[in-house]
Amino acid sequence: MIEAFQTLQFYFTNYPFVRYAFIVGLLISLCSSLLGVTLVLKRFSFIGDGLSHVAFGAMAVATVANLTNQMAIVFPVTVLAAILLLRTGQNTKIKGDAAVAMISVGALAIGYMLINVFSKSANVAGDVCSTLFGSLSILTLKASDVWLCVIMSIIVITLFLLFYHKIFAVTFDESFAAATGLRTNAYNLLIAVITAMIIVLAMNLVGSLLISALIIFPALSAMRLFRSFKAVIICSAVISVLCAAFGIILSILCSTPVGATIVCADIVVFFVFSLTAKLTGRTE
Amino acid sequence: MSEHTEIDEGIISLRNESVPVTQVVVRDASLGYENLVVTEGLNFGISAGDYLCILGENGSGKSTLIKALLGLKSQIAGEIQWYGGLSGKDVGYLPQQTVVQRDFPASVREIVRSGCLASMGWRPFYNKAEKQLAEEKMQRLGISEFADRCYRELSGGQQQRVLLARALCAAKKMLLLDEPVTGLDPKAQNDLYELIEGLHQEGITIIMVSHDVGAALKYATHILHIGSQRQLFFGTKADYLQSDVGEGFIASQGGEQA
Repeated sequence: MIEAFQTLQFYFTNYPFVRYAFIVGLLISLCSSLLGVTLVLKRFSFIGDGLSHVAFGAMAVATVANLTNQMAIVFPVTVLAAILLLRTGQNTKIKGDAAVAMISVGALAIGYMLINVFSKSANVAGDVCSTLFGSLSILTLKASDVWLCVIMSIIVITLFLLFYHKIFAVTFDESFAAATGLRTNAYNLLIAVITAMIIVLAMNLVGSLLISALIIFPALSAMRLFRSFKAVIICSAVISVLCAAFGIILSILCSTPVGATIVCADIVVFFVFSLTAKLTGRTE
Repeated sequence: MSEHTEIDEGIISLRNESVPVTQVVVRDASLGYENLVVTEGLNFGISAGDYLCILGENGSGKSTLIKALLGLKSQIAGEIQWYGGLSGKDVGYLPQQTVVQRDFPASVREIVRSGCLASMGWRPFYNKAEKQLAEEKMQRLGISEFADRCYRELSGGQQQRVLLARALCAAKKMLLLDEPVTGLDPKAQNDLYELIEGLHQEGITIIMVSHDVGAALKYATHILHIGSQRQLFFGTKADYLQSDVGEGFIASQGGEQA
């Protein structure tokens, strides 16, 4: 135990990238858990998945084009996809889930194709793997990446707090919210844009395949035990941040992949919460 | 609007205790989507204190009419005119339950308070008056004891009362209820109807969309009956009972009611 603590202290004091990874990891997990509850309840869980694949495709384009600032292309493309997905959700020509599936696998295929055909890197498989599972990229963060992440997180959290009650109303009952004069389309758009922001941020941490887990698991765990919206949100934020901290520390100590370790911690919490809910008779 | 001005002024000038105050008038309205007319030739008016029951089979455009009254959808032709500073936003709406709501983790208090959203504007949190209003409405509908309970754990009748309390937070003068008793057992149906009648007695205008003729005839003061693509009847309940439409419809539904 003391040995593990000393190892951690060594890493944290001697390697700035470990500190960066820790800060970024906690912020991202906090942001993703806030929106997660709304996305799960609105039956939008897969939009997160779809968008992350779009972000992967955009990242591939940016890599191939040799852009130094990949965010410049990844972020706008993902936001655009979020808006598109939301619009097709209301359109009846292609049903919501089909549209998400189409865009998500389409972007994944195109992204992989581009990297394979055009990449000058010697280790194509490694590049793809780290983009999909985020195993390495979090440890290569620069100070500027951390600042970008901090600023985006502050924006996400502020927006969420400012519009908390409206997001609740739109999530619980869109037709009532619209009837009282709330611009529900604008709030749905806001939710989609914030989701896109979180996904672009989280790609560094857990990679594009595992982002959905970060969004969904804390929310689902919290929903097992808590009965008010506020309690669910707070609990899900706490779970998410603790799991991220635990996952990052464990991955440093045991040299496991960061993203996968965090998600595994989330899964364990989910089962513990489900079991507790069963034992205390809190499930219906 | 111009050709109606005289009548409108007449209506507005008649505001005193004994004469009903017109709240909304629908004239020759056609409703529908771009090229598809769902229903046309709608002509009716609602005054303060009315209890209007909108009857009609499925597909007769009831839900489109609701959207139009709420101001969520503009009519293709004709007009919907509000009086006394009211608009579609001042209607307290009780929508039909959605799938999402059945397993939604939210406390009763959170849901009732969300009725106050319209008055918030850009202010991010509820103020004292709004919180107080929510408590009063929960008290009025007898759900104060459930305030901290989870919505999904309540019975169907209790859930409707929560949504009714929310609607009352949003609007003081008019309620629009969309099939409020769907899925409730007979006792709960009756309780809810009595509760709504109580609100009506307190002076709130009630518009109820329903296919329950029995309740319509028991509680409503006015009936609007829409058939496929057109209005079949609008008038007081007494007139409806005398009309061919009314007699026919009651006879056809009679078997189910007995």
